[in-house]
Amino acid sequence: MNDSASIRVEVNNIDVCYGNKQIINQLSFTLSEGKIGCLLGPSGCGKTTVLRAIAGFERPSSGQVLISNQIVSDQKINLPPEKRHIGMVFQDFALFPNLTVQDNIVFGLKGWPKKDQQNRAIELLAMIGMPTLARAYPHQLSGGQQQRVALARAMAPKPSILLLDEPFSSMDVELREQLAREVRQLLKQENVTAILVTHDQNEAFAMADEICVMNEGQIQQHDTAYNLYHKPINRFVADFIGEGVIVPGMVVGGNTVNTELGNIHGLVPQGCKPGCQVDVLIRPDDIIHDDDSAETAIVVERAFRGSDFLYTLRMPSGIEVLSLVPSHHNHEINESIGIHLEFDHLVVFPRSH
Amino acid sequence: MAISIGKLWQPAIILVALVLSIPILTIGGFVFEPSGDNWEHLKQTVLPEYLRNSALLVLGVSIGTLSIGVSTAWLTAMCRFPGKKLFVWLLLLPLAMPAYIIAYTYTGLFDFAGPVQTQLREWTGWGYGDYYFPEIRSLGGAISMLSLVLYPYVYLLARAAFLEQSICVLEVSRTLGCGAWCSFYRVALPLARPAIVAGLSLALMETLADYGTVSYFGLGVFTTGIFRTWFGMGDSVAAAKMAALLLMFVFTLVVIERVSRKQAKYHHTTNKYTQLPEYQLLGFRALLAFFICLLPVLFGFLVPAGQLTSWALLTYQEMLNESFFRLTVNTLLLGLSAAFLSVLLALFLAYGKRMLGGRSVLVSIRIAAIGYAIPGTVVAVGIIIPFAWLDNTIDDFMRQLFDYSTGLLLSGSLFAVMFAYLVRFLAVSLQTVESGLGKIKPSMDDAARSLGYRPRETLFKVHMPLMKGSLLTALLIVFVDVMKELPATLILRPFNFNTLAVRAFELASDERLADSSTAALMIVVVGLLPVIYLSKSISQSRAGQSNHE
Repeated sequence: MNDSASIRVEVNNIDVCYGNKQIINQLSFTLSEGKIGCLLGPSGCGKTTVLRAIAGFERPSSGQVLISNQIVSDQKINLPPEKRHIGMVFQDFALFPNLTVQDNIVFGLKGWPKKDQQNRAIELLAMIGMPTLARAYPHQLSGGQQQRVALARAMAPKPSILLLDEPFSSMDVELREQLAREVRQLLKQENVTAILVTHDQNEAFAMADEICVMNEGQIQQHDTAYNLYHKPINRFVADFIGEGVIVPGMVVGGNTVNTELGNIHGLVPQGCKPGCQVDVLIRPDDIIHDDDSAETAIVVERAFRGSDFLYTLRMPSGIEVLSLVPSHHNHEINESIGIHLEFDHLVVFPRSH
Repeated sequence: MAISIGKLWQPAIILVALVLSIPILTIGGFVFEPSGDNWEHLKQTVLPEYLRNSALLVLGVSIGTLSIGVSTAWLTAMCRFPGKKLFVWLLLLPLAMPAYIIAYTYTGLFDFAGPVQTQLREWTGWGYGDYYFPEIRSLGGAISMLSLVLYPYVYLLARAAFLEQSICVLEVSRTLGCGAWCSFYRVALPLARPAIVAGLSLALMETLADYGTVSYFGLGVFTTGIFRTWFGMGDSVAAAKMAALLLMFVFTLVVIERVSRKQAKYHHTTNKYTQLPEYQLLGFRALLAFFICLLPVLFGFLVPAGQLTSWALLTYQEMLNESFFRLTVNTLLLGLSAAFLSVLLALFLAYGKRMLGGRSVLVSIRIAAIGYAIPGTVVAVGIIIPFAWLDNTIDDFMRQLFDYSTGLLLSGSLFAVMFAYLVRFLAVSLQTVESGLGKIKPSMDDAARSLGYRPRETLFKVHMPLMKGSLLTALLIVFVDVMKELPATLILRPFNFNTLAVRAFELASDERLADSSTAALMIVVVGLLPVIYLSKSISQSRAGQSNHE
């Protein structure tokens, strides 16, 4: 991740303010060539602002932005967007309604010979699976098609970096993940370096290689999807990513935490000495349903999700946890079911007040 | 660089708003002017009559436009009957007919010597005085004329409201045991009320602004009163005070219209539109619907246009001479320059709003656009008073200093006429330009920038092609409005400078109806252009049908 030779985008300690309001606070990250990064966070966390600062639509009040090791923004320099060689896909696609699909795609190819423009358009139309729609107008296309045209238009000039601002938010929820996977495939095919902005973790997981979880103008954790889920570094990330409940506990030994669920064994992060008051994150997949188990819990709530049930279970101690169970285990509310706990590594935070 | 432009732009917008509100401020100032003897005299003699007539006119036109506008809107929006598709746009035709032209056309038709009464006498053998025939040159006549040409305002907005309301609420009322009529009265009408009120207030603004009809019919209302006081008594103060009084009524309407339009937004029940299920009308009911829609078109457009055509056929050979050609050129030049100026100004303001935003800019633009509501007579008086003062001041100054008289530089010139058109019609071009600009989402600017286009290139490659249609529409609408405009042109035009509208009105006032018809017909025909455009655009943008932008 930090191989400086192939770093494509580098953001160093930027601040962005709107008027007196500071939106971005000393934010830094890097993205290597060919990687798909994602800025993930709740609305208002400043993720779109970061994207617009990279694009050149917002100017950071301090800090640096580098694209392909060239400074595009610092105290002195502020390259306008048209000089940054970026591609951008907008939330509302922003296709030019008066131009055909093909003319939209070649819009950014000014200065290219006509023949090359034509070839690039054909190539991209084939890539997005719309070879016959070159002469169509945007309003004749479905939302998904418009989105792919917007993507092709942004990719046409072979930009150094592709920026995608909530590109799936106007799509049907059921389509988003599938589209995100398709877009990922296209980007990987062309070896495009891209940054995606979204508030939807499923989109982020489906598309990105690495994810920056943002909150209140700062990056909380820059990591892979797997690590964000299983090794969140703070309570915000733990709450924001995935489902789970937080249970209070106390470290009793090297690898044991005593909680209301009993003693939980697993790797305790360094710095947590015996006697520490801690919070333990319990994911639904840490609670395994097992009909043979002596330990039982009562079903309080259940949500059928197709291939599995998400049960809310009340433990004998009164504490409620979530459990993900294959859906052929159909249990009624108030039924008592057998469970056992299975932790690979504990997610433990020092107790917050 | 953007900052330095912005720094000049904002004060420039405020300046434009200030300059354009000179007429209103002038007239408004006269409210507090001490009243002279003439004013006291007017107050005791004619003013009560003006008030009464204006009130009756407003009341009558309200009833007329509401009953025609709402019924035709409902029928064409919700029902299916023979000819419905045609009526949707035919019902707009009277918009092309200026009230003063329809007024004298009907006078010619219904006069004692006119074709209707002559035919009546032929059939019955009656002679003069043997029968009663309603006098068209009366308050009732004026109400009918104005209603016939102004109902499209109510029709347009009411129909749009009926089409936009969610079919769900109507279906809910049906499931709750409310029949078709009951659904109309208890659900559809209340939901469309803000839109209907907005349409009505536009129609009433036109009613209060009308000079041609009431003057031709010899009715004493505010606009004719201002004329009489100014030109008959030569009392500018009293005329301005009367204009101020009229302005108060107009502002009441403006407030009602704005509030209604705001409410109309909240009355949108949903954004989900399905195809409206239309009530199929059969037999007698279909026939009734057909006639309800036919009559306004017939009497508001077809009959007067037919009469004008037949007169024009009789007289056009004499009338189409060199002076008519000059009239046409005058009208064209005046209309085109006013249209270009007003569209340029609208672009300046609309882009200012888009780029700068901010309260002072928004308020300034609102003020700059208020003129659409101000009667031409009031605008004219509000212009001529300050311009004459300025002229005299400059003249005095030049005479004292250089012993040279500059005469009337502004008040007797086309500059004054042009200024009046800008005040009156800026709102029209501004609205069109703004709606065109609204379709260019800010993200499109960003998209062009990210694809390597500089701001200026973005303007030419993205904005220009997308704005072209709106700009042409704005030009067309302002041009036609200028061409039809009567009272301000009549007051402010330079000596011996005539336009088609002025000439048609003068000839008609001299009872040379047939002679005036060529000019009048020309106004009507050109006036049809924006109506056709309007009818095309409303048939394309029907909610409930696919119109993805």
